[in-house]
Amino acid sequence: MPQLLLELFSEEIPARMQAQAAKDLERMAREHLAAAGFLPEALKTFAGPRRLTLVAEGLPLAQADRREELKGPRVGAPPQAMEGFLRKTGLSQDQLVERDGVYMAFIDKKGRPTAEIVAEMVEAIVRGFPWPKSMTWGTKKLRWVRPLKRILCVLDREVVPFAIEGIPSGDVTEGHRFMGDGQPFVAKDFDEYAAGLEAHFVVLDVEERKQRILEGCKTLCFARHLELVEDQGLLEEVAGLAEWPTPVLGDMDPAFLDLPPEVIRTSMRTHQKYFAVRKAGEEGLAPHFITIANIQAADGGAVIAAGNAKVLSSRLSDARFFWDEDVKVGFEPWLEKLNGVTFHAKLGTMAQRVERIVALAGEIAPLVGADVAKTKEAARLAKADLASQMVGEFPELQGIMGGYYARQFGMDSEIADAVRDHYKPQGPSDAVPTATVSVAVALADKLDTLVGFFAIDEKPTGSKDPYALRRAALGVIRIILESGARIPLQTVLARSVQRNELKYTLSLQAREFRQDAPSLGDFSVSVANDVLAFFADRLKVTLRDQGKRHDLVDAVFALGDDDLARIVARVEALDGFLKTDDGKNLLAGYKRASNILKAEEKKGALPTGEPEAPAADSAAEVQLYDALRVLKGPLADALAREDFTGAMAQLAGLRGPVDAYLDGVFVNDPEHRDNRLKTLAAVREAMGQVADFGLIAG
Amino acid sequence: MLSLALELTQGSRGRRRSFPDLLRSMSREKPKSFQSLILTLHDYWSRQGCVILQPHDVEVGAGTLHPATVLRALGPKPWNAAYVQPSRRPGDGRYGENPNRLQHYYQYQVILKPNPENMQDLYLGSLDAIGLDLRTHDIRFVEDDWENPTVGAWGLGWEVWCDGMEVSQYTYFQQVGGLDVSPVAGELTYGLERLAMYVFGVDNVYDLPFNDPDSPLGATSYGEVFLENERQQSEANFHGYDVAVLKQQFEQMEEQVPLMLARSYQNKALVLPAYDMVLKASHLFNLMNARGAIAVAERASYIGRIRDLCKLCAQAWVDQQEAA
Repeated sequence: MPQLLLELFSEEIPARMQAQAAKDLERMAREHLAAAGFLPEALKTFAGPRRLTLVAEGLPLAQADRREELKGPRVGAPPQAMEGFLRKTGLSQDQLVERDGVYMAFIDKKGRPTAEIVAEMVEAIVRGFPWPKSMTWGTKKLRWVRPLKRILCVLDREVVPFAIEGIPSGDVTEGHRFMGDGQPFVAKDFDEYAAGLEAHFVVLDVEERKQRILEGCKTLCFARHLELVEDQGLLEEVAGLAEWPTPVLGDMDPAFLDLPPEVIRTSMRTHQKYFAVRKAGEEGLAPHFITIANIQAADGGAVIAAGNAKVLSSRLSDARFFWDEDVKVGFEPWLEKLNGVTFHAKLGTMAQRVERIVALAGEIAPLVGADVAKTKEAARLAKADLASQMVGEFPELQGIMGGYYARQFGMDSEIADAVRDHYKPQGPSDAVPTATVSVAVALADKLDTLVGFFAIDEKPTGSKDPYALRRAALGVIRIILESGARIPLQTVLARSVQRNELKYTLSLQAREFRQDAPSLGDFSVSVANDVLAFFADRLKVTLRDQGKRHDLVDAVFALGDDDLARIVARVEALDGFLKTDDGKNLLAGYKRASNILKAEEKKGALPTGEPEAPAADSAAEVQLYDALRVLKGPLADALAREDFTGAMAQLAGLRGPVDAYLDGVFVNDPEHRDNRLKTLAAVREAMGQVADFGLIAG
Repeated sequence: MLSLALELTQGSRGRRRSFPDLLRSMSREKPKSFQSLILTLHDYWSRQGCVILQPHDVEVGAGTLHPATVLRALGPKPWNAAYVQPSRRPGDGRYGENPNRLQHYYQYQVILKPNPENMQDLYLGSLDAIGLDLRTHDIRFVEDDWENPTVGAWGLGWEVWCDGMEVSQYTYFQQVGGLDVSPVAGELTYGLERLAMYVFGVDNVYDLPFNDPDSPLGATSYGEVFLENERQQSEANFHGYDVAVLKQQFEQMEEQVPLMLARSYQNKALVLPAYDMVLKASHLFNLMNARGAIAVAERASYIGRIRDLCKLCAQAWVDQQEAA
């Protein structure tokens, strides 16, 4: 079956856009082909520094001929309807067929040549490609990420003829910019294309480029007893910057090794896109780097290594300059500067944010067993490094530099660690802080962010989360769960709003959207509840990722608890319980009981009060009555101990009696209705102490 | 319409000359000094058909601000020019004590409008001309979207790296003065001192050979030409200028721009003098900034004021170009 090969050859495509471009090209091509009735046997796309490539196998050379059936007017319909239908189909009435009282038109459609469809498809893809940023060039109106130079488009070894704004399709492309003969070459199918690129020093597949980089780095390292400091993000980026990636090892002046390793690595990575290396089996960095060149130079890369080493030296000299200047300044002047740094127009300056974090951290400290004075001091210092020169240059070193500078100034090591770690965790793979002072400051940092943005109604919506509030909430959840910290979040959050509400600039406008919360107290509770609900949502995502049922989170949150550690313990116990036979059946029993209660509730208010002892001859009633009575004390004890597995075990004892009761007792017996409803309500209430079983699916 | 540069670089068969073809046609005489680097670039871009201009005589912070780029990028007419522009960044003064940083330095600027199809190859040819062997050095085009908020300009392009060092900025202008650039102008900026330091293997800018080191009249270094200037200007930038005077001058310039634009000669608003005033205002702002007289919160508003003036000029210029 014929093969389609398409290459869009352009000037250098930003590395960060390439992976998505390959996906978009594949998606758009599949959609267009499917719309034309084609289902290629295989379709693969590639993206690199200068080209997007698509190869589709197993396309027919033309669409199949089709017979279209069109339903027309009913027999006896007004003549206008028939006229319209004939106009639309281009047929005459005697060509229509009557079927079940309706006129039908059958139109034979000749399949179009695939080449025609491909030509339209390529034009539509090129004109509609979703580049994050695109441009025009020269006198053209066409937009592409950078100037588009060539379009190679062959179907079954024949050029698919078309032109887009003066760029004609063809069967010619180019290889590497500098290596090889530099002459364009012809490729009529994918095999010729791949062979041509290889001969012209281009590695088409990004996975192969990455492989080549890693293997090259490892070979260089091995010879010198070094180890590559792996960096996946950097690898992805450099694989998009070279068509013939060639690792070159260079030397760094060892005198720079007294800079913090994070500074060296960040300088290497952000400015120069170098990999760092360390001595095999050792911790610190080695005085070398690896750059990924785009050419295999005739001199083995000696000039490239020397040039890059020089650039790195001047970069690291800058970093040392920042360090030297910073240690001359110190925390207090930086804190002063934070008065002039806006955090958010409606949330005041960074200095005001620091005040809020200090207050929150001071409140959290005793709850997590941290020294209050140290915690408040750490919180006060945590953001100071934002005003340092080093963080100005390398924003990703925020916190890390604060930690180094705190140590440099001889501050308490718990404080220095908390300054360093308070941004953690910065993503799902980042570790959470465990030291108590760090835990308190890290929580305060994130809770202030959440409270603040919720108070000014800047909640995340859909895929938009500009202030990374989801990450902050997940961070709080992870810190609390991993440290087992017990924090009454509702109270802490509401108090934080109350404390700061008047300081939020535009606070009145901020409150306007909460018509339901006229007083400050109502407002703070309303914000706190929103944040809690947000935690519930995040928790569901976390538990779902762990393979747990997320409806259980709702069932537990409905109890109104705001202690995440306790909530999760409950969810876990509930999850375990519902996996047992007892759990499943008791849930079913609960639903039956609760349905009866709901149905009866519609007729009028349910009777209230404790059920009375049933007649001794009604075994099922006695059994349940006794079970409920026996359950009471131990259930309360287990809940008080927060032994939720124990509490579930107690509930398990209800299963048999509840089943027997529901199967054997006629609740609406006029004589016993009140007491029986009270019994069912007692079941619902007992179970409701553990979770709202009514919110559990199943 | 084809630009001159494009016509000159197209072969007689109309086929675009590939990069190695260009290389083979180059002379291999390598520059030996700062000034011969400039002369080589002048010679190269002159051979591509560019108008070789001299610097604009108003202080500017970057070569882009020369009216030959900011204004000529706008409007429908083709324009191909190259020039050296002394650039002043008062805040970068280091009293001649930093080997890499200057408050007065040179940028080499090329503008090709509309950008020819083979502009990247032309650019690479210029690197070869100044002595960078493209089969030994590692040249890469790294995404860098250029933006100059003071003139309301932006474009897409790259920083060009040579062995990890940024040697040029390469931009396809999309907007200037808030107006679409159509046809698109391609802009190249070479930081001359940095490039020269790399080509000549010099670690301190003041050690750069300014003229031919073997000159019969004696060698002159960059430091001999500019070190004293860096010292005195640094002191003036950081301590010498009277802030009140700068502020007053800024406000006067700001006031004058619309007045100048309201005047006309032969039915044309006086855009060119008005734009010079915008440049002066911009430089006065840079001086105030270096003197530490601009609070963080004021910065954006000053930049906005200059941008508004620039937009007035840009619009008036485009109107004239389109009327012509």
